[in-house]
Amino acid sequence: MLMAAVLRRTAVGILTMLLVSILIFIGTSVLPGDVANIILGQMATPESLAELRSKLGLDRPAYIRYFMWLGDMATGDLGISKAGSGAATIGTPISELIAPRLTNTLRMTAIVAIIAIPLSLSLGLLAAMYPGSRLDRAITFTTLGLISVPEFLVATFLVLVLAVHMDLLPATAYISGRETGLKLLKALALPTLTLVIVASSQIMRMTRATVLNVLSSPYIEMAILKGVPRKRIILRHALFNAVGPIVNVIALNLAYLVSGVVIVETVFSYPGLAKLMVDAVQTRDLPLVQACAMIFCATYILLIFIADMASILSNPRLRHPK
Amino acid sequence: MAALLEIDNLLIDARTDDGTMVPIVKGVSFNLDRGEVVALIGESGSGKTTIALSALGYAKPGLEFSGGEVRFDGVDVLTMASEERRELRGQRVAYLAQSAAASFNPALTIGEQVTESAILQGRMDRDTAYQRAEILYRALELPDPDRLGRRYPHQVSGGQLQRLMAAMALCGKPDLLVLDEPTTALDVTTQIEVLRAFKSVIRQEGAAALYVTHDLAVVAQIADRIVVLYGGEVQEYGSASDVINRPNHDYTRRLMSAVRPPPEAGQYAETTGEHRREVPALEVRNLTAGYGTGNARTAVKVLRDVNISVERGHSVGVIGESGCGKSTLARVISGLLPAQEGEVRLHGDTLHPDLKRRDRSDLQKIQFVFQMADTALNPRHRIDNLLGRPFEFYLGLTRSQKPEKIAELLKMVELPPDFAGRYPEELSGGQKQRINLARALAASPEILLCDEVISALDSIVGANIIELLKRLRKRTGVSFVFISHDLSTVASFADDIVVLYAGRVVEQGSTNKVLAPPYHPYTRLLISSVPELRIGWLEETMETSEAKAGIDRVVEITEVGCPFFNRCPLAIPGTCDKHVPPIREITDDHKIECHRSDEEFRHWASA
Ligand SMILES: Nc1ncnc2c1ncn2[C@@H]1O[C@H](COP(=O)(O)OP(=O)(O)OP(=O)(O)O)[C@@H](O)[C@H]1O
Ligand code: SF4
Ligand SMILES: [Mg+2]
Repeated sequence: MLMAAVLRRTAVGILTMLLVSILIFIGTSVLPGDVANIILGQMATPESLAELRSKLGLDRPAYIRYFMWLGDMATGDLGISKAGSGAATIGTPISELIAPRLTNTLRMTAIVAIIAIPLSLSLGLLAAMYPGSRLDRAITFTTLGLISVPEFLVATFLVLVLAVHMDLLPATAYISGRETGLKLLKALALPTLTLVIVASSQIMRMTRATVLNVLSSPYIEMAILKGVPRKRIILRHALFNAVGPIVNVIALNLAYLVSGVVIVETVFSYPGLAKLMVDAVQTRDLPLVQACAMIFCATYILLIFIADMASILSNPRLRHPK
Repeated sequence: MAALLEIDNLLIDARTDDGTMVPIVKGVSFNLDRGEVVALIGESGSGKTTIALSALGYAKPGLEFSGGEVRFDGVDVLTMASEERRELRGQRVAYLAQSAAASFNPALTIGEQVTESAILQGRMDRDTAYQRAEILYRALELPDPDRLGRRYPHQVSGGQLQRLMAAMALCGKPDLLVLDEPTTALDVTTQIEVLRAFKSVIRQEGAAALYVTHDLAVVAQIADRIVVLYGGEVQEYGSASDVINRPNHDYTRRLMSAVRPPPEAGQYAETTGEHRREVPALEVRNLTAGYGTGNARTAVKVLRDVNISVERGHSVGVIGESGCGKSTLARVISGLLPAQEGEVRLHGDTLHPDLKRRDRSDLQKIQFVFQMADTALNPRHRIDNLLGRPFEFYLGLTRSQKPEKIAELLKMVELPPDFAGRYPEELSGGQKQRINLARALAASPEILLCDEVISALDSIVGANIIELLKRLRKRTGVSFVFISHDLSTVASFADDIVVLYAGRVVEQGSTNKVLAPPYHPYTRLLISSVPELRIGWLEETMETSEAKAGIDRVVEITEVGCPFFNRCPLAIPGTCDKHVPPIREITDDHKIECHRSDEEFRHWASA
């Protein structure tokens, strides 16, 4: 049963990925004007366009282009930037364009995860252990306020207060890649802070709700009535049942973070993958857009898959069938 | 010597939404001696559980002790240090909850949970505790005692889990057991076995017990003394035989009259047979149904070859133990679960098996009233909203026509019109069930499928709902399919009874015929398992041959032969387990499916 559930999930994950790739492919194909148009720009004559198209393989039927593209993707060949993010980058392999940007994005999300997860888990747990306490009310109130504000507002607000008014941090997070130490930290501070705030308020709320739900279940009351010490109730009876849902919550929130990253990188002009993608859309560099979109979607689907696995694996009925 | 437990003028308050405190236990006092079983009896909301939990110094969230003392062995548990109280729990006073299924942690093994308290409190080391647990499993007649501890709660049946909770409570050798409705959720045949196991274990262990229940017949089997509660106050307090045989208080008498009398032939005045020759309102023919994907051959079969017919304005009761397929039958009739074979007919016309493919007038004619009123009503919708929807959907009423119709409907289920403005959570269990009924009636149906509609209610409230159903049937001419695991409930309402066992109809006929000999062996087991309001009934019943053979064995769905074979005192090895039994027409409105003949039944009944 367990194995079947895991296999089914995996299959669904792969299928979703394929569907998404089709959508991305179609989505980018309907954008007006193809690469040939862009490269040739003003100088385009019908003949030169046709010639370039056949050179790039753009004149073949869509489904063939799709499979070619998918095959290249699967073998790690992300293709060649056809327009590039500027005249200088035309013809650069996409993987070279993406690598530094991906590193930047991963660095930022890693910092966010390292701060947000322990922080929100412990605060959420504390709030659940002392429901109705001043701490709990403070946490509930703040997080409720924060999750109802969209990311870009949080970001704008932080810029206003910390950069414009107090002049503590730079308002943009542009880095060239050579910054180190304090300078790098300062540049990263605002985007990271924005994401930490957005992600932790969700994780906190959901951790609190999950643990409270477990703590109010009859088997916890039974443990209290059996004279089981509080520490053991939390660590053995409650946490055992809450771990699955909590991992699920974390993975889901990291998945939501993917869209947060897009917004935050744009707002702060942080040279990450999302910024690259947004720029690529502006220059109609379709292969680059496709590659970036695939990476984002794959991450999203992978995290959702992890979330699903967590809830399947934590279900004792599936782990110990009759 | 002082009593083991002395409850002295106990006061408990509840915090309401606006922060004020209202008293819910108002000065209750009684004692419990060593080795004695005292029953706390009263309807839901009378404060039984709250008082019982005070013996462990525990108040549910939202409740507060506001006065009085609860002395255990001379020490007040309400003012104890919390560490002392923790040691008291599980070690000297143990608790058995109403729902074992909810009280066992799904992620931990049974063995760990049974022994946990005894080991933590330092009463025993791990090995001794596991050995003791095994002894208790044997004493409670649980299957596979040497390996049971390694299983998880979902790997045993409900009745077994309930007994495992007794093992959990007894493992640390407590002086006092607090039992909260420990058999209410069980089938009669399981209840009787669990009751007997509790009683003998309590005696063996020399423990005292506080037994909470709303069922006077159960109390009569197990209690030495009885405390009758109403509205948080003690109404009557005395020895079991005094309270049962000579009730003093008015409320006690009401409780006794709400105990459904043991089902007996002739108690129900049969509706006249004038409709009998018409086309039945509802007919189920050769129905086979089950769950699982795949085609009819690979899917799990729950119902096999079921035939039922319901005359207009009549009610047919469907009875059987948990898991026998009662709810499945209702779901097939309503189209929620399409049948694998066979058909459902409404006034002679075959209905499409799938709900989604039936037309609106067919949908309107068959309405479903669900088991759990609590979960069936969306808590976010106001009552007028809930009741208004079917009017709109089936009858196409406009907004302005609705209020009048809703008021009419509320009147029909005997609720005041201002209930239209309430939300479900502002209603009691009985009132919710009335709203649930009203919603089904809004569609002006011809058939009402009622699945365990009063099982979650206490006896007095439940009896009122039955009376309401009877009046509704008379007024509207609706036909009922009335499903319940409680034979007495069915007997008080149904014209005909269908006895279902492992998905087969083993007996059916008019209520008077089914409840009189000759019986199918399974019907006889069901009838004899209903507790009677008589001290000593339990012991007598356990001596009978059908009890010995059939009580608390599990239902086995068999492909060949008679499904009741493994529990039947009349079973004929070689025949019953090999061949599907024939249907015997005892009279034209009474059929029994069994290899034994009418004469053999009669002989057995008189033996
Ligand atoms: N959705 C489902 N999928 C698979 N099996 C099911 C499903 N629902 C019920 N069953 C099985 O079908 C059988 C009959 O179930 P059903 O709910 O009809 O019993 P019931 O007689 O109503 O029992 P109860 O008195 O406990 O309500 C049981 O063995 C049950 O485990
Ligand atoms: S067919 Fe046999 S086993 Fe089944 S009920 Fe009749 S006598 Fe018992
Ligand atoms: Mg049911």
